[in-house]
Amino acid sequence: MTQAPDPAPAWSPSPRELERRRQRRRQRTRSLLVASTAVFVVFVGLGLAVVSSPGWPRVQALFFDWDHAKASFPEIRDRFWVNVKLFLIAEPFILLLALAVALARSSRAALLVPLRLVAVVYTDVFRGIPTILLILLLGFGMPALQLEGIPNSALFWAGVGLVLSYGAYVAEVFRAGIESIHPSQVASAEALGLSRAQTMRFVVVPQAVRRVVPPLLNDFVSLQKDTALVAVVGGFDAVFAARDYGNFNFNYTPYVVVAAFFVVLTVPLARLTDRLQRRYAERERAGAR
Amino acid sequence: MSPGVTPVLEVAGLRKSYGDHVVLRDVDLTVNAHDVVCLIGASGSGKSTLLRCLNLLEDIDDGVIRFDGREISDPLVDVRAVRGRMGMVFQAYNLFPHLSVLDNCTLAPRRVHGLTRAAAEERARNLLDQFGLAPHAGQHPDRLSGGQQQRAALIRALCTEPTLLLLDEITAALDPELVGDVLRIVRDLAGAGTTMVLATHEMAFAREVATTVCFLHEGRILEQGPPDRIFNAPREERTRGFLRRVL
Repeated sequence: MTQAPDPAPAWSPSPRELERRRQRRRQRTRSLLVASTAVFVVFVGLGLAVVSSPGWPRVQALFFDWDHAKASFPEIRDRFWVNVKLFLIAEPFILLLALAVALARSSRAALLVPLRLVAVVYTDVFRGIPTILLILLLGFGMPALQLEGIPNSALFWAGVGLVLSYGAYVAEVFRAGIESIHPSQVASAEALGLSRAQTMRFVVVPQAVRRVVPPLLNDFVSLQKDTALVAVVGGFDAVFAARDYGNFNFNYTPYVVVAAFFVVLTVPLARLTDRLQRRYAERERAGAR
Repeated sequence: MSPGVTPVLEVAGLRKSYGDHVVLRDVDLTVNAHDVVCLIGASGSGKSTLLRCLNLLEDIDDGVIRFDGREISDPLVDVRAVRGRMGMVFQAYNLFPHLSVLDNCTLAPRRVHGLTRAAAEERARNLLDQFGLAPHAGQHPDRLSGGQQQRAALIRALCTEPTLLLLDEITAALDPELVGDVLRIVRDLAGAGTTMVLATHEMAFAREVATTVCFLHEGRILEQGPPDRIFNAPREERTRGFLRRVL
């Protein structure tokens, strides 16, 4: 392997620069020290304040009882799988529905006006209805109709409720992304002779989707939590299991256990969202220095 | 330079790199009060980076920058206090789109320098009036032409009454017929004795207003001197080559 000749003589930092680096290091060390002390003081202080307060033993017995946590854990763990499955199945349907609605809303063809109207009404209506109400309506109402040929389980219809509710939200996220693409992109695609549909398919939507990934992930985190709503129509999920145990034993520790499950599930996705957002911000900045 | 007078800006042995890529090396530059220093050179020669280093927008890797006799490349220096005494104008104007021209101009005087709204607005209106933008004071930047926006950006920088004005290719994004309006302001400022360092591609303008011209090549100031000498009798072969291409 040959090395490229170095055009400049090797550079070594001047004494002033070395002094400056030492100074910066000192500043970094000091701010690290301040940060650690502040963290320690705040959290240890808070912890002590909570634990030493007069009501703490009762709070601990009702919410943080180790034996109850252990006893309720296996059932909650098994039932949590229902929440995860619901999320994993609902998510693709939400994405498809939302993209279709967003595209319908931004279509300009005369023939598609009815479709556009449907899309507008859909987002208005389903974004307006509280998700829990929608799940009650569908989860209790649809099985009561005793329809032939479609599933009659409350869990299935609760899932449909989630898809409809979140579809309306995510559609708006997509639409915001589509509308944020600069008109010059559409103009240059049309100048190349692409049709309106081709312009959307090959130029606008790919850019829009990339841009809305962070807010989309944010909605996913929210959906993961809202799978807990199926418990209200008797969907036997983790929350239902916790409530079952809690009502029987007069202890709320299982709720804390379920909460921990949800936190553990949502934190990785939340971190991923942060990372993506930072990456997009850096990319945008790179062009505007 | 007469002895005993502190230069406004003194740069010695400045070095700046991004990773392995060295953008500036061994840059020495002295700017005295009322000097107009023009940085010329090809794109990527380090003109903009040098200005950004002077304004402490970039950390430097070596060397010393002194402003009014005080070293500002010291990590302990209050960066905001330094920037409060320097004005900078960017190639892409960088006006705040959500504020009117007047509010753009009064933001820093009010929030950084503690002027009252009335005092800040009076100063801004005087400058806007002086440079022909008074009718646009209440408008938002996107209603203005590029030349008007850049003049507004210049006025925004002047409103803080900076000791030193840094201009980073402020006419590079403008249509040729709008360049003149902006350069007229810079010419007026130079005539009034404002101390400036500017990166520019306008050679005729540099020859006219500069007290010193610096030719940058691959991150070095290859040659510097009065405009007459640089443009008429450049010493370096590379300077001659560059001037042949741009003149």
